Amino acid sequence: MIALLKKEMFNDRIREILSFVPSAIFPAIIFPAIFLDNSGDFQLENNPKIMAAIIAMLIGIISQNIIATIISGLASYWFLIFMV
Amino acid sequence: MNNKFRVFLKGIFDVSPLMIPVVPFGLIFGVLSIDIGFSPIETMGMSLIVFGGASQIVLLQLFSGGASSLVIISSVGAVNSRHLLYGAVVSEHLSDLKLVWKIVVSYFLVDQAFARSNEYFKKNKDKDKYFHLFGGGITCWVIWQTTTFLGIVLGAFIPEKLGLSFAVPLTFLALLVNDFRKLINVIVIIISGLVATFGFNYVPYKAYVIVAGVTALLTAAILTKLKKKNE
Repeated sequence: MIALLKKEMFNDRIREILSFVPSAIFPAIIFPAIFLDNSGDFQLENNPKIMAAIIAMLIGIISQNIIATIISGLASYWFLIFMV
Repeated sequence: MNNKFRVFLKGIFDVSPLMIPVVPFGLIFGVLSIDIGFSPIETMGMSLIVFGGASQIVLLQLFSGGASSLVIISSVGAVNSRHLLYGAVVSEHLSDLKLVWKIVVSYFLVDQAFARSNEYFKKNKDKDKYFHLFGGGITCWVIWQTTTFLGIVLGAFIPEKLGLSFAVPLTFLALLVNDFRKLINVIVIIISGLVATFGFNYVPYKAYVIVAGVTALLTAAILTKLKKKNE
């Protein structure tokens, strides 16, 4: 019984940590794609991607909607590179 | 309606919104690949065999930079290593599937299908739940192959200055909207992002994705333990 209980707790623990997999992996793709240029150098000034990503993130937090997040990000990016 | 088919349709329905940003990504892959000098058959072959957006773009970047095959293969493996973790997460829900079907399912376990089907598996325990992953995975597959093909055909007409590759980080960002409200997730997200960005040029074989992922997961393990102690 004790062995069984321990095993169950272990599985819950593993499951809990694995639930963080998206939060742990996706930013490793997001951040370099926003902050680095094509040759891997930092691009912090004159980088419309940063502002567009912040807008997309805020819209995402408020709306909890995937399409709204992506469209607001692309729209603000195009606005920044073509209009500003 | 047959329950298997109903779950299959649910998979298609759940994954479809995530396909919108995949469209420009597939087009870009097709365009870039032809631009670098791969033939249409080689380009189509990559999408059929690899079936992974980020890794295929990394492959093109390294190839055009003159990297050796060994470096390219290890780097694509490193970029795709997150699928080991996806497999580990999903495996508990697929334990009663036959090996052949597990192999078939693993081919379709791409980012978007994983994200949506994992949510579905957590809430639904019925025996036909696997068809959700088939529905989502096949949707991703059709969109990826079609847009690769269109990219090959339409290559010359897509203006590069549209900056469509920016849709890639936006897709992944959109997949995290539920996590931005939880403090531990936010810390994990920031750590992963910083390790990947600063490790981008220093971690060999473009293994920054797995290095950042493991560091961030360890952080999650420590923080959840500390949280429990304080409760």
